[in-house]
Amino acid sequence: MDLNFSAEDVAFRDEVRSFIKDSYPASLNGKIDEGEELSKEDFLSWHKVLAKKGWIAPAWPTQYGGTGWTSVQRYIWSEETARADAVRLMPFGLSMVGPVIYTFGTPEQKERFLPGILSGDVWWCQGYSEPGAGSDLANLRTKAERFTGDDGKEYYRVNGQKTWTTMAQHADWGFFLVRTDATVKAQEGISFLLIDMKSPGITVRPIITLGGEHEVNEVWLEDVIVPVDQRIHEENKGWTCAKFLLAHERTGIAGVASSKRGVERIKNIARAELDEGEALLANPFFKRKIAELEVDLSALEFTELRTLAGESSGKGPGPESSLLKIKGTEIQQRITELALEAAGHYGAPYYRGFGEGDNEHPIGPDYSHRTAPTYFNMRKTSIYGGSNEIQRNIIAKMVLGL
Amino acid sequence: MDFNTTDEQTMLRDTVSRYLADTYSFDARMKTVHSGAGWNPAVWKAFAEELGILGAPFAEAHGGLGGGAIENMIVMEEFGRALVIEPYLPTVVIAGGALKATGGALADAVIPEIIAGNAIIAFAYAEPQGRYNLADLRTTAKKDGGGYVLNGHKSVVYSAPYATHLLVTARTGGSQRETAGVSLFLIPADTKGVVRRDYPTVDGSAASEIYFENAAIGADMLIGAEGEAFALVEQIVDEATAAVCAEACGVTRVLHATTLDYAKQRKQFGKAIGEFQVIQHRLVDMFMEVEQAVSITLMATLKLDTAERAQAVSAAKSKVGKACKFTGQNAVQIHGGIGISNELAVGHYFKRSTMIESQFGSVDHHLRRYERISIG
Repeated sequence: MDLNFSAEDVAFRDEVRSFIKDSYPASLNGKIDEGEELSKEDFLSWHKVLAKKGWIAPAWPTQYGGTGWTSVQRYIWSEETARADAVRLMPFGLSMVGPVIYTFGTPEQKERFLPGILSGDVWWCQGYSEPGAGSDLANLRTKAERFTGDDGKEYYRVNGQKTWTTMAQHADWGFFLVRTDATVKAQEGISFLLIDMKSPGITVRPIITLGGEHEVNEVWLEDVIVPVDQRIHEENKGWTCAKFLLAHERTGIAGVASSKRGVERIKNIARAELDEGEALLANPFFKRKIAELEVDLSALEFTELRTLAGESSGKGPGPESSLLKIKGTEIQQRITELALEAAGHYGAPYYRGFGEGDNEHPIGPDYSHRTAPTYFNMRKTSIYGGSNEIQRNIIAKMVLGL
Repeated sequence: MDFNTTDEQTMLRDTVSRYLADTYSFDARMKTVHSGAGWNPAVWKAFAEELGILGAPFAEAHGGLGGGAIENMIVMEEFGRALVIEPYLPTVVIAGGALKATGGALADAVIPEIIAGNAIIAFAYAEPQGRYNLADLRTTAKKDGGGYVLNGHKSVVYSAPYATHLLVTARTGGSQRETAGVSLFLIPADTKGVVRRDYPTVDGSAASEIYFENAAIGADMLIGAEGEAFALVEQIVDEATAAVCAEACGVTRVLHATTLDYAKQRKQFGKAIGEFQVIQHRLVDMFMEVEQAVSITLMATLKLDTAERAQAVSAAKSKVGKACKFTGQNAVQIHGGIGISNELAVGHYFKRSTMIESQFGSVDHHLRRYERISIG
């Protein structure tokens, strides 16, 4: 066992660092540090730089466009991008549907869909949750009926409603779980379909969340026609894809590297804020919360490293990754709680209502503007991707055998 | 960066775990505990002669296996699983660590005796007024002719009733909590003027209050330079703290596993209590606490020889202390009434995990120490 990076790893880190320094889009500088909402163009500008470099999908097998990095190199990559406050990449193509397609798709499907995911030319969204199918995802009702078209080809006619569909307003394509057999056990009648979001019959309506953001949407599907060759894996085997995808989604979800940056940000706020004439960071109660947060984050970091070491010795991401999801999101939420607490009075002014151009009398310090909206927004993390209660059910069943 | 153990380390774990599974059953342990001796010399002899593990962290030149902190972690975690009470921690980790760090004639003489199982060393460092401050010492060592004379009172010295030597912190100068003026001595336990009051501890070991009443010792019993041992004491206590964190990983793993088994078997309301979601989630929370404890113990162990040692150890001990409380209390709770009886092993794991919480510093102590280093 050894914590030190090898000479090759140090060289790799230096290469990554200078690449980010030279190539990170100038238009994005500071946007993460100030918690700004990002446009589609913001996300894509960094995506395209990485796609051009060939570094867009480190986790993918090399034959599909992965980098072939070791688990240590991937760790370095996530550390360095977080350190540089780089914008995160949208996970729907790269971390979700991409791995499903290269794992379960046909050669034609791989050829058709993977290049657009890598290049960023196709923006994906995820059609999973429904009004009656949240934690109980298998209860989904969106119906896909198979029929033969006038052209003699096979199609599905899809009807139903999806919800909490993140960034669907930007999406070119979506991957959907739909019911193809209502007569069998819930999990056994689900299929995994890729649907062009410009198809007739699709309506996307915004849902505005507590921080005022438009991140999520309702998606209505009315008689949407989908060719069967856009189904991944066999008919009624969609649940297999969904479970695979959830395990994949959870490994990156710990967010250790960006939480480290988050802790640094709160410490900076708490050095600037005054409390009884001293820095808030000197308040023993506040200081204790920071210390416990840092300690918990160290424990999580080493849990993730242990998981990565297990993966590099051949174990795929297993149900233990639910632990990373639970602890990772708890820490992300604590960071936003402490930032809001540190902001004090200036957590209250709502930045979306600030007038333009009054630089002489700014409303509170810049770092405080988004603390409350971010706190509100981040409540989502313990709910999405399988709520933390569902993650506990997964560990209970898969790890503890209960 | 590499998290794999070497073949030798894997073998060490297998050897210890197999030996303990074969010979160190709960009943066998309780027999030793009830004997009042505080240890089983036959087990110690087996550690030295059959298993050869007392040399795990020592250099080959001293007859050891050439290991270090990771070997100590492995042994201590396995000892935690079996609730071993024999004195590997004070003898091998602490006294052995001090001797390894300073070297010289004393190390050359004593380390082979440790490896052979002949030297049993207890660590007399705590004092009634000092709580967890290693420099808060009233025990004095006054220069006298060619040697020193010890006076003072040491608290709760685990393994002292049967030790051959005592590793003692005492003041050769400076004021009560000053770091300058702290010295470290390795003295024979039967030194004239060393008065012991022996007693059992709640977690199955034996310990002593030790009173030094004009105990005369030789200058050759000094470890390191006179008055400059504080940094060394802090280092060996950090190493010991990492080792009890590893022990705690073993203890809490068993607490969790035992409770999980019980929840699958115990029936109430017509079904196994493990079928109730409230119990399932509690067991998952225990599982996560244990995994986080294992992770942060690994971090601390791997950082023992780096500049981040103190910060990493205090981070780990604060986290592990919480895990000990959480898994211990919930193990008893889920067992219900039987959990508070002395008959079942689970209660004894709870007792040990509870004592580990404060051994070498409570959660609060280590969080404060962590803050001073990390935040200022």
